[in-house]
Amino acid sequence: MAILEGKKVIIIGDRDGVPGPAIAECVKTAGGEIVFSSTECFV
Amino acid sequence: MDLENQKRVKEFADEFGPENLVVVLGAAEGEAAGLAAETVTAGDPTFAGPLTGVQLGLTTYHVCEPELKEEFDEAVYDEQVGMMEMVLDVDDIVDEMSAIRDEYCKYL
Amino acid sequence: MNSVIKGASYVLAHTPEMVVYNGTTQTTERVVNPESEYLKELRGHLRSYEECVNYWPNQVYIGNATPEELSQVEFPYYDKTKEGAERYGKFGEIMPEEEFLLLVQACDMFEVVKLDKNFVSAHKDALAADPIITEDIISKIEEGYELDEIKHYIENEHAEGLYHNNELVGCVRTAHDIDVNLSAHVMHENLMSKASSVLALLYAIRNAGINKEDVEYVIDCAEEACGDMNQRGGGNFAKAAAEVAGLVSATGSDSRGFCAGPSHALIEAAALVKSGAYKTVVVTAGGCTAKLGMNGKDHVKKGLPILEDCLGGFAVVVTENDGVNPEINLDVLGRHTVGTGSAPQAVIGSLVTDPLDRVGWKVTDIDKFSPEMQNPDITKPAGAGDVPLANYKMIGALAVKRGDIDRKALPDFIAQHGLTGWAPTQGHIPSGVPYIGFAREDILEGKIKKAMIIGKGSLFLGRMTNLFDGVSFVIQANEGNSAESAVSEEEVKGLIAKAMKEFAETLMAE
Repeated sequence: MAILEGKKVIIIGDRDGVPGPAIAECVKTAGGEIVFSSTECFV
Repeated sequence: MDLENQKRVKEFADEFGPENLVVVLGAAEGEAAGLAAETVTAGDPTFAGPLTGVQLGLTTYHVCEPELKEEFDEAVYDEQVGMMEMVLDVDDIVDEMSAIRDEYCKYL
Repeated sequence: MNSVIKGASYVLAHTPEMVVYNGTTQTTERVVNPESEYLKELRGHLRSYEECVNYWPNQVYIGNATPEELSQVEFPYYDKTKEGAERYGKFGEIMPEEEFLLLVQACDMFEVVKLDKNFVSAHKDALAADPIITEDIISKIEEGYELDEIKHYIENEHAEGLYHNNELVGCVRTAHDIDVNLSAHVMHENLMSKASSVLALLYAIRNAGINKEDVEYVIDCAEEACGDMNQRGGGNFAKAAAEVAGLVSATGSDSRGFCAGPSHALIEAAALVKSGAYKTVVVTAGGCTAKLGMNGKDHVKKGLPILEDCLGGFAVVVTENDGVNPEINLDVLGRHTVGTGSAPQAVIGSLVTDPLDRVGWKVTDIDKFSPEMQNPDITKPAGAGDVPLANYKMIGALAVKRGDIDRKALPDFIAQHGLTGWAPTQGHIPSGVPYIGFAREDILEGKIKKAMIIGKGSLFLGRMTNLFDGVSFVIQANEGNSAESAVSEEEVKGLIAKAMKEFAETLMAE
């Protein structure tokens, strides 16, 4: 069963890892519905 | 995890039901990924945020994990994330994430 | 003609009490979890002033050791001592908290800083003995107040306490009864930023060997905002700090862009000078109290000292081309645009390879890259990784993709073109600029020819846009000294001689 398809997706990106909007672009292609996207910053 | 983000995760779990949610992470290190994953499954391990003591058990993956990569459009993944595989310690991230999932995820 | 980097300064103020009372990790913890183990253990993890001075990355920051020397030190750094460490370095100094509080009071123009009488008399001579601190600044230090009066302001009028060795020694009062933008908290934050900027300005003038009157414009690129309820970020830190530093001929303004602020400001400064608008521009920034102890929970959990215990400051002097100092090349500007997106490869491509493409350079034509120079001793235990190294891996990966280097040469590329991070996690402070002082020296000594300074900023933290940001620029050897320039001078002479000859011939023909 697909992990993302038809699911509500919360994205917690990282400024020095993968930022939220970049993850969002990927999630969209897998049929996930993004309900929230944020990018954290530790520096 | 940022306190405001914890609050939002909790609200979405209440609104949509935890079984319908997936949390996708982009953390730079395995340990940070593990901590974020623990926060949305077993509760905030730093006892600071709204998820302290809240065991949501949400399904969670790091964007670089193979199970998720399979579901993404390959070209989009390459363009958006691809290069980070050369930067991040993906094996370490996979180990940390799998350990948390095995122990705390309720909806796999 | 390109403008040049005449000098740079780097200063730290060791402020462990502000870690406890003003760092947001700690102030947040006191709200959500006042009885937490972390708060109980915190004080036991604070470093003494001597430990802070002996810390390798701090000695590199003020110029007493080089990044190359740091790269030879076994990681981690917190348990090592730099032999021969000193308060003063060629770029600046590490000021102890007690002296810094007196400097802060001297920077206060609205009588909001009140220091205890005994505290002032105990430490005034020490600050006066600092060679960079002028008599003018010392003359602004008040005699001080009774401790009871200070306690009254804290207990009844929302003043923020100032501490030394865990004892109350003063306060910052509110500057307005109702306006939150002038609250004691905001005034405290802004005055600390201003005072550390003043210290950086003083050293920058000294290091550049210019007169204070020569400075015509100052740009402040910190991350704080000053203003009142009718203009929350009205400014102007730049001019306020220039006043205390005695830069009487200068006007100025604030430029903001999160951590990318300093790189934006330096490009602006270089352009202002190159255009002829101003002859000498100084870019400056003070430190950020909010970020003190930002990753403290992780440090304490892992038994480390609180490593984020210093406010940072820096200043860079940009002047007209003197034929000697390294130039800022405005033809090679990297820019993350609205359309760039936030994919890491798109970001680093826009900042590193796009500008090189425009002038036909290879990645390897840049001898040293200075992206975000955060000290990994601080970030690694907090799960944020080694930020400079991650940047170098990305730059290297792009170099491989372009065919500038072979994949197998990647580790060598990182070692040769990279640097080990040494800057405190003070947001804008580590972003690209910490290397400018060393880059200037390395270029003047002929060790390197070109360095790229890269600033990146997390605009999304302001909740106005989801966009990322960044700009980059290249510092290069002054062409006035290079062989190529000598050749072109010969060519010019030849052309002039030819023209004269032709002119003479036309005269003869008449």
